[in-house]
Amino acid sequence: MKLEKALLKKLIFHVIAFSIGILWLIPFLGVFMASIRPFDEIFRGWWTFDRFTLTFNSYIGAWNDPVYPLSRGLLNSFIVAIPSTIIPLFVGALAGYGFARFNFRIKSYLFLTVVFLMALPQQSVIVPLFQIMNNLRLIDNYLSLILVHSAWGLPWIILFLRNFFSTLPIEIEEAARIDGASDFKIFRKIVLPMSLPALASVVVLQFMWVWNDFFLAKVLIYEESMLLATQRVEYIGREAFRVNWGVLTAGSIIVMIVPIIIFVLLQRYYVKGMIGWTVKG
Amino acid sequence: MLFLVIYPILQTLYLSFLSPSGEFVGMSNYNEVLNDPRMLNVAGFPKWPPLGALVHNAIWVLIHLPLSMFGGLALAIILRDVRGSSIVKSIIFLGMVTPLIVGGVILQFTFEERFGIITAIFNILGVEQLSKTWTAYPQTALFALIFGSVWLWTGFSMIVYSAGLATIPNEYYEAAKIDGAGPFKTFRRITFPLLRPLNVVVITMTILYDLKIFDIVYVATFGGPGRASTVLAFEMWRTAFRTLNFNEAAVIAMLLTILTMVVTIPLIRYTVRR
Repeated sequence: MKLEKALLKKLIFHVIAFSIGILWLIPFLGVFMASIRPFDEIFRGWWTFDRFTLTFNSYIGAWNDPVYPLSRGLLNSFIVAIPSTIIPLFVGALAGYGFARFNFRIKSYLFLTVVFLMALPQQSVIVPLFQIMNNLRLIDNYLSLILVHSAWGLPWIILFLRNFFSTLPIEIEEAARIDGASDFKIFRKIVLPMSLPALASVVVLQFMWVWNDFFLAKVLIYEESMLLATQRVEYIGREAFRVNWGVLTAGSIIVMIVPIIIFVLLQRYYVKGMIGWTVKG
Repeated sequence: MLFLVIYPILQTLYLSFLSPSGEFVGMSNYNEVLNDPRMLNVAGFPKWPPLGALVHNAIWVLIHLPLSMFGGLALAIILRDVRGSSIVKSIIFLGMVTPLIVGGVILQFTFEERFGIITAIFNILGVEQLSKTWTAYPQTALFALIFGSVWLWTGFSMIVYSAGLATIPNEYYEAAKIDGAGPFKTFRRITFPLLRPLNVVVITMTILYDLKIFDIVYVATFGGPGRASTVLAFEMWRTAFRTLNFNEAAVIAMLLTILTMVVTIPLIRYTVRR
């Protein structure tokens, strides 16, 4: 009797849990359906299935949009996101290691800087930033975006990696030093290979942050052919007097598929990084 | 860092005291902005939006914070003992990795008169006002955005609380069971007090998210119709890069900065104390 009750309770919990999951998925599902079905079929609601025609025309339309092709947008986003991830990763790893091994007092300052930057809205720097970049003739130049993303990403990367490096056993490094290895060699041959999970977290979080950014790109990049993927979402499928939902939803899915694939493949690292810098600080 | 963060903030502060022609005008820009109906629309008060960006951000916090915080907590507790719950968690967390600009498109679609499922449900229920495109009417635009942001953001508090739950030893629950405590009492006496430190993190991050909200407003309503769904970050961008008034934009930016700093103080104190 008692066992039955426990089983029933378990069953109810499972039903609730999976219903919530499905409920949460519905907006995504709607957009997905609108992207793979012709316009006249979703007109009476994407949830009606009296006819179902699978078509990729909307995807082709968004990919090859005559003015704002997403093919170019994705390429541009990669051109910005890859260096904006690698540069602060490289600098952050060196600095984080330095702070972890050679200076112990920096931690609270570093921490305050990270919290400060995390709290700071981009709006509070954007006007002078625009003016600086304008004076340097870096508007419509990806260098400006890469610089700003690197500068904003660096503090949390340093803190995150510093915290990770300080948990590594120092004995191995000392042994290597006795064997005559230089600091940099120790870092490259011993510390970095042991830190791959932490480096993966940094790459995933920073890459997604840059890929998903819209505001900075909006202010620094104007040239049509240079617009990033997120910037094209506002133009794609928007016709003069109506929204072409097929093309807009297909375009949206193309833009979001990159961070979602990364999340699905590297979920563990994403969540670890996320928890690492919000909960543990 | 110094060049790309610290200097620009000080420069923004400086700009906020200048007139567009560059003379020092003291607080007059602040006066101007705070008395502008796009920030604080006193005349609109008994009625619905537009009430001004400051009020819209406040409404955003008042609705979004409790819903996503307790929603995330409830989800974390429900999903704790469910086998295969990691799939459900991943689905809920998708909103956190979706670019916000795309999130705005999705919520616009979901609240659209002919294509959206929410409006379709209200249509079946016979609630006519809510079966129209939410983002096209001043009465509903702001709320479409807020509910959309709940859908996108709840994954955050769920993940944080889930991580917290995982650190609570199972023995506590076994002991409570032996003592005959019911599920409610167990929650009140064990789960909630042990999760309390995480509340600071969730509350701070959520309010920061609400204050900085920009992308979904931009793409789904462009602050409209009229100014019915405008928010601080959006109004700042529009003042700077559409109206081209950098000085008033700097004022809005400073207001936003002050608000975010005030919100962050408890988080700093909490972490420094540990």
